[in-house]
Amino acid sequence: MPTRKHLDRIGAAPERRHAGWPTPVTPSVSARTLYRLHHLLEPNPVYRRLAAWLERNPTANRLFTAAEERIKGAIFGCRMCGQCALPATGYACPMTCPKQLRNGPCGGVSPTGMCEVNPDVRCVWLVAFERAEAEGRVEDLSLLQRPIDHRQWGRSSWVNYWQGRDEGMWTFADGRRQLPIVHRNDPGKPL
Amino acid sequence: MTAGAAGNGQVPVSGRLRRALASGRFVVTAEIGPPRGADPAAIAKKADLLRGWVDAANVTDNQSAHVRLSSFAGSLLAMSAGVEPVMQLTCRDRNRIALQSDLISAATLGIPNILLLTGDHPRFGDHPDAKAVFDIDGVQLVWTARTMRDQGRLLSGRRVDPAPHWLIGTVENPFSPPISFRARRLAKKVAAGAEFAQTQFVFDLDIFERFMSDVRDLGIDRTCGVIAGVGPVRSLRALEYISTKVPGIHVPDAMVRRLRGVPATRVADEGMQICVEIIQRLTEISGVAGAHVMAFGYERGIPEILERAGVGPRPDRSVANDRAANDRAASEGTGRAG
Repeated sequence: MPTRKHLDRIGAAPERRHAGWPTPVTPSVSARTLYRLHHLLEPNPVYRRLAAWLERNPTANRLFTAAEERIKGAIFGCRMCGQCALPATGYACPMTCPKQLRNGPCGGVSPTGMCEVNPDVRCVWLVAFERAEAEGRVEDLSLLQRPIDHRQWGRSSWVNYWQGRDEGMWTFADGRRQLPIVHRNDPGKPL
Repeated sequence: MTAGAAGNGQVPVSGRLRRALASGRFVVTAEIGPPRGADPAAIAKKADLLRGWVDAANVTDNQSAHVRLSSFAGSLLAMSAGVEPVMQLTCRDRNRIALQSDLISAATLGIPNILLLTGDHPRFGDHPDAKAVFDIDGVQLVWTARTMRDQGRLLSGRRVDPAPHWLIGTVENPFSPPISFRARRLAKKVAAGAEFAQTQFVFDLDIFERFMSDVRDLGIDRTCGVIAGVGPVRSLRALEYISTKVPGIHVPDAMVRRLRGVPATRVADEGMQICVEIIQRLTEISGVAGAHVMAFGYERGIPEILERAGVGPRPDRSVANDRAANDRAASEGTGRAG
């Protein structure tokens, strides 16, 4: 659900706000910068230890998660699904799509590129495509994104990433090799 | 296609649409919109208009987010009326548990084809106050169905035994931005398991030909039957409605000029003629597997359109046999359910 701050930031007029469903957000930082910044977040032994420590210390984890929410909320309109697809979507958040599509734009994008559900804002998947294309990363959009784990809402996706739980969130399939299975290897366990 | 086939460990008899696509001839599908009301004859009436003229008919799933008879019940009724159904299923109203359950139900009662899509947002429907589910998206649903059928597994990884055997379809809109990405998006659905795809209305053949050129470059047409959406625009009001009220439909200026350029009494004829010409052009485009006729409530005009376009009636039409076969399948299905 978009917060008031998030709605203010995207500049939707109050009478056109649709608070009952997600609203597409065009990120406020360029894709190029974010692809570069991503290297700073890549898992390493220090981060892994930090993530493990955070999971043992609920208060610290809450503060860390709140900081992540604040930063990613301001840049991407992050809604804290806890399983971040941003590196594969030109750093535009697919969870701000009213249909929360993880695998590309729906067929209702208007000729001018507006969201069919919120016609006053641009389709987030069109934004993702343009950002990925500008950085030569369009192939990322061909990755098959697996269904998300709804138990992860509100948790830190950085901690999940450093703990290696994001592996298997997406997979490549070119239609010729054997199709990878849709479920993760151990679906009984959270991410 | 009979309900018991999979249970007996035999290879299920394939449906008519699968056979038609495999044969390489130009296939024709149409649409049956279920009624808003408990009229058991409503589906049969529409099926009567289509029988023998189409390889299969889609039964829509609460189309445009308006409440109707379910696509599951509608598909069973279409089958008993002698028209092979394509059961549509959207992610709008069901989570992954309900979706997989409905897919198993469809297979169990012998529905041979499924069409999987994300679905319109409830905002456009008759219950804009409804909760939009969208637990998984259309691509993930195609992938889930394919995994259920070919690997015999649910999304949870648990076994589905015996595995279902439907033909899996999807949709794509070649006319919606980003246009240069649309063929790759279809490729993604094909990689996930789609074996045929129906498109949004083709009114702009230039854009569609570019889309098909991308489709051929990606080799999608070799594994997936691309069935182009068509339909007659029979009034200026309908033209206005589809151009402004329905998301994702692109009507080129040349067509608008053509419809506005004839006397009011001739708009309907001109709309039919345009539809006929589009189908004829489609039959010449390499990689197009067929046409999907959406007639805006003018189902009785479908045979005339197909006849004039030179694509009807269906070559292997055998109404009596189809009907008998489907009656058997339906009664067998009912018996199992009871």
